[in-house]
Amino acid sequence: MKFKTMRTWLLATVMLMLTVPAMAQLRIEISRGVSEAVPIAVVPFGYEGRGAAPLDAAALIAGDLQRSGRFSPVDRGDMIGMPTEAPEINFADWRLLKTDYVVIGRIREEGLDRYVLRFQVFDVFRGTQVVGYQMPATAGNMRAVAHRAADMIFEKLTGIPGAFSTRIAYISVSREDDKDLYRLVVADADGANPAVVAESTQPLMSPSWSPDARRLAYVSFEGRRSGIYVQELATGERKVVSRNPGINGAPAFSPDGRWLALTLSGEDGNLDVYVLNAATGQKRRLTRNSAIDTEPAWSADGTQVYFTSDRSGGPQIYRVAADGSGSAQRVSFEGSYNARPRVSPDGNSLAVVHNDRGNYRIALLDLERNTTQVLSDGRQDESPSFAPNGSMIIFATRQGGRGVLAAVSTDGRVKQSIASAAGDVREPVWSPYPAE
Amino acid sequence: MMTRLVLTFFLVSLLTLGGCSKGGTKPDEEAAAGEATAGDGDYSSQSGLETGTVGGGGAYVEPGMEPGDEALLAETVIYFDFDTARISSEYSEVLAAHARRLAANPGVSVRLEGHADERGSREYNIGLGERRAQAVRQALMLQGVNSVQITTVSYGEERPADSRSFEDAWAKNRRVEIAYSE
Repeated sequence: MKFKTMRTWLLATVMLMLTVPAMAQLRIEISRGVSEAVPIAVVPFGYEGRGAAPLDAAALIAGDLQRSGRFSPVDRGDMIGMPTEAPEINFADWRLLKTDYVVIGRIREEGLDRYVLRFQVFDVFRGTQVVGYQMPATAGNMRAVAHRAADMIFEKLTGIPGAFSTRIAYISVSREDDKDLYRLVVADADGANPAVVAESTQPLMSPSWSPDARRLAYVSFEGRRSGIYVQELATGERKVVSRNPGINGAPAFSPDGRWLALTLSGEDGNLDVYVLNAATGQKRRLTRNSAIDTEPAWSADGTQVYFTSDRSGGPQIYRVAADGSGSAQRVSFEGSYNARPRVSPDGNSLAVVHNDRGNYRIALLDLERNTTQVLSDGRQDESPSFAPNGSMIIFATRQGGRGVLAAVSTDGRVKQSIASAAGDVREPVWSPYPAE
Repeated sequence: MMTRLVLTFFLVSLLTLGGCSKGGTKPDEEAAAGEATAGDGDYSSQSGLETGTVGGGGAYVEPGMEPGDEALLAETVIYFDFDTARISSEYSEVLAAHARRLAANPGVSVRLEGHADERGSREYNIGLGERRAQAVRQALMLQGVNSVQITTVSYGEERPADSRSFEDAWAKNRRVEIAYSE
């Protein structure tokens, strides 16, 4: 009875997935989109197979496109027809609806937990296909495959690679049984499938993705002292990377994944930036200054490390060679407070926490033109993190006395609010593209 | 209310005359008392109200301690102004009492927990909290405490005493907590 065991196993998986989301799924809504958002119809996908379709893939794809702020999906109620095959599309009807593109698709069951998801995008005015693919899927990875389809559609229509199949790590804090519970959570980029990576009654902070998106480095105060840990997401296997006297903080993987930049203070409490070779344990000190030097971030090519230092009085951004040669150079000059740099994927700009007339906001520092553009409008915005395609920055803000997440496009035109059902959420970090 | 104020004034005057600037304040009591600001004048008067137990002092005096130290030692939180690790002179008596106790009891150790308010970035605030803990550590060491008796930890903005977002709450969060482990 192979069939039966398979079913039991499937049921167990589903149960497992259900227990966690009940905790606190993020709800992402677009609070400002571009005025010229492209109208697109994602028609409900057809299904060939037993029982009900494993996923409403069209709804998922439409949601991804809508949240990007660059598309405005047509409501299902307004659709004139529900084609699932190319010959069924009546382009004249869609033109009347002023829809630029129509997406159709089909999910077909091929065998036991084997499906194929197929989609096609049509240009309504030309009446021609823009892109079409079919991809194998299982019930378990159907969402991931549908996000991948949304990525392809987004890239074909905007020229920007999609980032819908990436993930977000964040810290959630909730008060339970009179204790603060800190959780490190990883969820899909649309907020679905939140899974707890680590949980502690002592603070957890500063999550950082490995470049292959398989591991997270983070700071934990377990045992009432700080330590840096690296955890494999698939297995849960965890290693202590740094647990020296004083501060062990702000871990950041190098682009090649071989080094970890971090902040150490020693017993005398002088914070300096170091890089640590994960394989050999070799440690190299990059700064020697009595000021606070912290929050290292690697340049896109891995040769430089940006960091926050208050050596000039208040916090500003500096840059130092990752091999320890040369001295640090100041990079930020506008305003009294610039901290926690994160480098854009193209390496040309930094997202920073910037004091804007008394408000802490996310700003984009253009490294070539030396300009600072304020992107957010909160009072206590912090922890910016770039999407791997460089189009959005996710960050933490406060709303109604609670920590919530938000995202803004790097051109400032699109804004998303990301609400959590319970507790405080903070320190969002967007994953790199997963390694194939 | 008037009686309270008069009583407060009376107690504060008494304590000041006795060479003791202020008494103990536990974090949870501050909140209950609705204390407005930390580290300023109101703080001392507020603490004055809570020093009713001072009269019971003198029952047991640890080696090296002076009269009045018991009340000073009950004060275990040092508050700081915005963006600074400078210890206000109002804490000199309190820190001197802690230093006397530690210097006279080498087997006793303290943990200094540095904190910052929530504004700005988190890891930088870890740095600010550490700087405050180090300032208290230095003050104790200058008065004869052995460095091995002191450990510091900075929680930055991760463990606020008051998680609300306005100046009075921030003032309570910019602090170093002195925790004895015996």
